[in-house]
Amino acid sequence: MTGLQSSRLSLGGGGDFRGLGGLDAGFKLLLELSGVDGSGTVEELFVVGVGSPVITRDSEWVSCRQSQEQEEKAPTICTDTKQTTASPSGSSLPVMDRIATKMSDKFCRYPSTNSSVKDIDVAVAAAREAFRTTWGKNVTGIERGRLLNKLADLMERDAQVLGELECLNNGKPLKIARDFDVGDSVACLRYYAGWADKIVGQSIEIDSKTKFAFTKHDPIGVCAQIIPWNYPINMWAWKVAPALACGCTIVMKPSEFTPLTALKLSELIVEAGFPPGVINTIPSLGSVGGAALSSHKDVDKIAFTGSTVTGRKIMAAAAMSNLKKVSLELGGKSPHLVFESADLDQAANWVALGILYNTGQDCTAGSRVYVQDTIYDKFLQILIGKAKELVIGDGFDEKSGGGPVVSKVQYDKVWSYIESGKQEGAKLALGGVKRSGKGYFVDPTIFTDITPEMKIVKEEIFGPVLSVGKFSTEEEAIRLANDTTYGLGAGLHSSDANQCMRVSNALEAGTVWVNQYNLLYNNVPFGGKKQSGIGRELGSHALEEYTSVKAIQWNFGEKLDWPL
Amino acid sequence: MPQTFTYVFDTPVYKGTSSFSTGIFINGKFQDGSEGGYIDVINPTNGKVITKVSEGTAKDVDVAVEAAQKAFDTVWGLNCPGFERGKLLYKLSELMTAHADEFAALEALDNGKTFGWARKADIEAAIGSIRYYAGWADKIQGNTIETTKDKIAYTTHEPLGVVGQIIPWNFPLMMISWKLGPALAAGNTVILKPSEFTPLTALLMAQLTVEAGFPPGVVNIINGYGTTVGHALSHHMHVEKVAFTGSTLIGRKVLEAASKTNLKDVSLELGGKSPNIIFDDCDIEQAVNWTVHGIFWNHGQACCAGSRIFVHEKIYDEFLHRFTEKTKSLKIGDPFAADSYQGPQVSQQQYDRIMSYIDSGKEAGATVHLGGSRWGNEGYFIEPTIFTETKPDMRIVQEEIFGPVGVVIKFHDDDDVIRQANDTVYGLASAIFTKNIDRALKTSQRLRAGTTWINCANQLHAQIPFGGFKQSGIGRELGEYALQHYTAVKAVHINLGHEI
Repeated sequence: MTGLQSSRLSLGGGGDFRGLGGLDAGFKLLLELSGVDGSGTVEELFVVGVGSPVITRDSEWVSCRQSQEQEEKAPTICTDTKQTTASPSGSSLPVMDRIATKMSDKFCRYPSTNSSVKDIDVAVAAAREAFRTTWGKNVTGIERGRLLNKLADLMERDAQVLGELECLNNGKPLKIARDFDVGDSVACLRYYAGWADKIVGQSIEIDSKTKFAFTKHDPIGVCAQIIPWNYPINMWAWKVAPALACGCTIVMKPSEFTPLTALKLSELIVEAGFPPGVINTIPSLGSVGGAALSSHKDVDKIAFTGSTVTGRKIMAAAAMSNLKKVSLELGGKSPHLVFESADLDQAANWVALGILYNTGQDCTAGSRVYVQDTIYDKFLQILIGKAKELVIGDGFDEKSGGGPVVSKVQYDKVWSYIESGKQEGAKLALGGVKRSGKGYFVDPTIFTDITPEMKIVKEEIFGPVLSVGKFSTEEEAIRLANDTTYGLGAGLHSSDANQCMRVSNALEAGTVWVNQYNLLYNNVPFGGKKQSGIGRELGSHALEEYTSVKAIQWNFGEKLDWPL
Repeated sequence: MPQTFTYVFDTPVYKGTSSFSTGIFINGKFQDGSEGGYIDVINPTNGKVITKVSEGTAKDVDVAVEAAQKAFDTVWGLNCPGFERGKLLYKLSELMTAHADEFAALEALDNGKTFGWARKADIEAAIGSIRYYAGWADKIQGNTIETTKDKIAYTTHEPLGVVGQIIPWNFPLMMISWKLGPALAAGNTVILKPSEFTPLTALLMAQLTVEAGFPPGVVNIINGYGTTVGHALSHHMHVEKVAFTGSTLIGRKVLEAASKTNLKDVSLELGGKSPNIIFDDCDIEQAVNWTVHGIFWNHGQACCAGSRIFVHEKIYDEFLHRFTEKTKSLKIGDPFAADSYQGPQVSQQQYDRIMSYIDSGKEAGATVHLGGSRWGNEGYFIEPTIFTETKPDMRIVQEEIFGPVGVVIKFHDDDDVIRQANDTVYGLASAIFTKNIDRALKTSQRLRAGTTWINCANQLHAQIPFGGFKQSGIGRELGEYALQHYTAVKAVHINLGHEI
């Protein structure tokens, strides 16, 4: 038995979740998720490992219908498992709240059990067993590719449901979740399905009469993957697809904020026919499941996407445990340069996309824009006009181009940055005023008159907050752009081809977008320079993150004399 | 309007109805040949006519080239991203899977190979090839190249354009798939000529390309003769490349035509007289089994057939005995019988040709150790035949027979067998049987052949390149290597400040 009952995640009625209405709907969803009927006892939950054992028998469900007072007390994000909330029956156990971001209502919750670390052990053991017996070198690349293609077919079939779950849980507009997040993820799975039977080594001439050597690119083994909440489905696909194509097995920890689509995808994994234990999904807190995975002795590799702070912890844990391989895709404070020869209208569109797409919750968000002084005023005016055109609202509303930020914590963090910008003397050119009413909405905010030491210029905000600066020469633009500890993305807009080449050469970033921004393709590598990360995702480069090269040296003719 | 071929299979191994147009397929539509001719399709099991299909000619090739060029310029090639091309190929592989049994039955009917082997070998490989290249379509990449600070340079691997593909009758659908997979993945448009002996599965395949959603003009299939359609493709001034699989004789003509017209790219996969080497330290039982498969699979109608069987003198007698016994156990008969291993040869011409080789072997003084005669009273069946006591200059030792005829030759030591094995104008494949891996690797290094099988034979995988040394061909099919033959490399230099 797995913790998640097949089909219970389906939202029914053609997937129209809204029809179920408000809190109760959320509660029902949870009940269905947890396989209980509302009686209050969670029989089984959490390890959604395909066929891996269920652990949490002794957990008790904390009703969502607790008093308002209890709700107030309940930590919105549990960063410490020792925090407990009284359940109606009087027993104590840690609780993580699920937040419906668009309404700021809790819509479901699930217990974070004391046995989370144990859950990780069981999942790792299941993954190891699968790697040893039914996956890894035991299946052909053709078969791995076939299963990945099958999974892509199923995701395509369930795009609406996945999109709705994402909209509900993350807050992003349904059409964006369904058409972009799911659509791109399907393409990513298909792309790596195609790689599965094309992982080749080299054969190397040593001495054709006596020796030769060849390399095999073996799957690394059991991989832990920790993904963030900003693109839950995409990040899942980026991580899972190359790992499976190479033959690795996976223990996946989705973000505690957005676990739902990873659970739904786990159902599809079963339906597609992946052997049990190949992918195990454990919703958990970073401090519990993430920490356990990072320091686990039997995890061969860990891939993480998230903040630089946490990335450091993971690397430290790897260093202090079994020297597991680490790949990190971390934060950014990506610069976006607009030169005087640029098509200003187009540049403004891309700059707006760069900072406002996904409500700025994007590691590549172009959060620092530097504009050449000769066109500064004109460009700023165009840009403000563009930013105003974006409708930020309910994700289920087809008109919405952007939704709320994901959580209360994120909301508070973004606002603290906006306040700090004001205090440090930056000038508000747009936004910066809180909306009244429910929801974690942050309207597009643009600061000007910035200086390099301001927090809003130095630190990653992860919200729709843009700092606009001014430069006069190309050299100055490059210096400003590179004046950061990060190096994830960078953009430049210019119609001077030589300048495009010079500047793209000089920018210190894993991706440079020329006369565009934020577009990613499954066959183009993505990752960070400097403190934005280690390793690359996407493209053939991602395969290197999930394989280890074995050199086989073969002697078929040389005789060894002894002693030498 | 071309007629629709409908055939009801009611056989022990397959029951079902197959139905498709018999026209030539140009620009997404089936149509009659411009000169109105037809080709009879013969059932090799009984020599009777199954149906007739429209015959294309040079004029039709002109029309197809125009359609293919238009598709290339508008909806395919650089106009269609690799991901989309891959999706269509993947879809095609799914449709082929849905029609897999039907394809196998058509091959058995038209080619004479057994349904069982067609299903598990030909059709599986065909589907696998299309699926494999679906995955390549969005992975075709060039390099960026560092030169000086003042320059950035990169390469793009662009599709060639309109390509002609001429395929043989021995593995009809598999050869279609080996050809279409890389060509379409790389973004070329195709005019494919199936063999006039086996046109049926190509027609069903044409129909499936429509269902899969390939734009009109991307895939064109013209049944016809080598002297007309093949000739026209090879000579056409607007065909950028011809890929040919078939005899060395025709391969030369294709290459010559290219040299005299537009210097089109040519890739050739031609004949072979592949050595099958049995060392004295082999696992004899396994060596016998693989050797039987090596020469008798597909009735010997395989370009990589292990037709020269070299056996170490120490185990010659034992091997020959066991090889003979195993060969005797092969069941000949109706391709649709569940227990048949071998059906008829494909055509009267092939039957006559093989029998004339058998006669030449007898006349030259070789010993017919087994077989050597017609099997049954109708159809083109030939007994599996083993010659011994041959001499190196005999035609049956030198030339490709393309039938169930193997010659067994004794050797003394490693140097002797290498010399004999390489004593051929061909270099397609080879097989080595020994438990001593050092010996296997050394032998593999010394053989002049595009494939060496160690302790196996006739193994083909979509991922592994296949092609010939010496006069067995030019270029490679399958694997990533095949893509090289369907792309042209463009180097782009960007000057960033070098002033003159």
